[in-house]
Amino acid sequence: MSKVIHAIYNDDDVLLDAVHKTRSAHHHIEEVYTPFPVHGLDKAMGLAPTRIAIAAFLYGLVGLSVATAMMNFIMISDWPQDIGGKPSFSYLQNMPAFVPIMFELTVFFAAHLMVITFYMRSKLWPFKQAENPDVRTTDDHFLMEVGIHGNEEELVSFFKTTGAVEVKVIEKH
Amino acid sequence: MSSHYEAPIRRPLVVGNKSYHDVTVDVARPVEGRANKLWWTVFTIALAAFLWGLGCMTYTITTGIGTWGLNKTVGWAWDITNFVWWVGIGHAGTLISAVLLLFRQKWRMAINRSAEAMTIFSVMQAGLFPIIHMGRPWLGYWVLPIPNQFGSLWVNFNSPLLWDVFAISTYLSVSLVFWWTGLLPDFAMIRDRAVTPFTKKIYSIVSFGWSGRAKDWQRFEEVSLVLAGLATPLVLSVHTIVSFDFATSIVPGWHTTILPPYFVAGAIFSGFAMVNTLLIIMRKVSNLEEYITVQHIELMNIVIMITGSIVGTAYITELFIAWYSGVEYEQYAFLNRATGPYWWSYWLMMSCNVFSPQFMWSKKLRTSITFSFIISIVVNIGMWFERFVIIVTSLHRDYLPSSWTMFQPTFVDAGIFIGTIGFFFVLFLLYSRSFPVIAQAEVKTILKTSGDNFKRARAQQDNNSDNH
Repeated sequence: MSKVIHAIYNDDDVLLDAVHKTRSAHHHIEEVYTPFPVHGLDKAMGLAPTRIAIAAFLYGLVGLSVATAMMNFIMISDWPQDIGGKPSFSYLQNMPAFVPIMFELTVFFAAHLMVITFYMRSKLWPFKQAENPDVRTTDDHFLMEVGIHGNEEELVSFFKTTGAVEVKVIEKH
Repeated sequence: MSSHYEAPIRRPLVVGNKSYHDVTVDVARPVEGRANKLWWTVFTIALAAFLWGLGCMTYTITTGIGTWGLNKTVGWAWDITNFVWWVGIGHAGTLISAVLLLFRQKWRMAINRSAEAMTIFSVMQAGLFPIIHMGRPWLGYWVLPIPNQFGSLWVNFNSPLLWDVFAISTYLSVSLVFWWTGLLPDFAMIRDRAVTPFTKKIYSIVSFGWSGRAKDWQRFEEVSLVLAGLATPLVLSVHTIVSFDFATSIVPGWHTTILPPYFVAGAIFSGFAMVNTLLIIMRKVSNLEEYITVQHIELMNIVIMITGSIVGTAYITELFIAWYSGVEYEQYAFLNRATGPYWWSYWLMMSCNVFSPQFMWSKKLRTSITFSFIISIVVNIGMWFERFVIIVTSLHRDYLPSSWTMFQPTFVDAGIFIGTIGFFFVLFLLYSRSFPVIAQAEVKTILKTSGDNFKRARAQQDNNSDNH
């Protein structure tokens, strides 16, 4: 069991200032819950940039490879046919006809696997319980959660000066 | 406030002195409130049309394609016309949410959610037609890359019809996850406001436990951007591939290289018209006029005007190339379109698609709600006739004059088409009462830059500092 501070703000600019102040006062920000993406918040909190776009690129390459392998097997090696006077002897020569599906499967794999990765990493799926500590954080309030390490009094008075509309001490299980 | 700067010359995108909380309340209101009489009336009509269509589909499947007006020469008519029409309408949603996101057009935020919903619902209608036309839809899985009869003969990857299968299913599924991912924070907002345990439960399930952590938002924005980057070429590829159904054939009037860009422009054109049709009604019924402003409608009208002109240029280019080719069959195909027995559908198409959008050059007309609504309907009709002209008039006079015929639709043809319109509106009406119809989390991000109260306050501040 540990104690945390919940400092609640009602303006994104005040929140950003508060995050800067908290970081420069060397208090550890556990989490910030916001109703919409606050521009520059991740940098202010010192979050590492997400690598999900790189993952999407790799997933796209997987899709391209799957498409190539599939059509090469089906059209060239397993059952080659002469369609419209264009015999299926080599993948490279017949490739123009395969470009649409190579493209579609690249997009299909990149998009779906990226979204699945996002859902897994951010723990989003049906029947998952929401974890925002205050229901107002999906409306118009912004909540900063800061760990208390024996400095409760100091932290409470500190956050009162950052423009928080509410400062609460919460027992976290 | 400096990070929220926007040039004063830009008109506000959100009016009515909104605060963050006001946005929440306004977007949640249609979901939390009760449906009025008008909604129930329209819903009943749409449901009746849908059920009628369902009956016609059942009749087709149990009796056969012979219940349609097809004949030996015109073997493809309303089914493919409706298919292309619905796919075309389905292009605006992704265009608005993806292309306009890449171009950082903030006005998309008020309309992207509904445009995407429209996309998904209309692509579903489109998907029905190839399935019905199979005659034996229970064998629909034969279009998947599995060996024929589970033996060794496969589907043909040289066929544009198979490309269509991949293009449409990729488009539908990617649009769906793009839409749903954007919906998570807005469903979470409704969940956190829910009063009854039942609504709380439902919106908890559909919001996937969204909590709005800083890291989630960081990934959310990156995922949206990459999905937009993927969906932009995807949306262009889908109608390109649909046009290949015709362009790779050897039928005069179809075998043209202009078809892909011309189809894509036509799709954007018809899709934006349908978005205007739906949103002009919805902004009124759901009290969202302060978010979907006249400026939004005006911008949509400008897109309609430009794409309509592109389509017009394509029509004329097609005529020129037919003449210039020196191929008499090609020349006749186009002469027959304009002066043959189907001349009326050709000129209906020309006047609806090329002539009517030109009214939008006038500021007065393109900012008139009533006029915009009328034009949006006219464009929808025109674009249906465009596909009818391309398909039926190119087919009905074959190389052999002995096989020249006309196409006469039966009540089944009409019933299925009306049924899909009914189904589309059933889905859209249900959506408008259970989904957050505006991407409220995104609108909140632009409130300080583009809200009228914030813009006024900033102008005031600038004036004061000038006086020193």
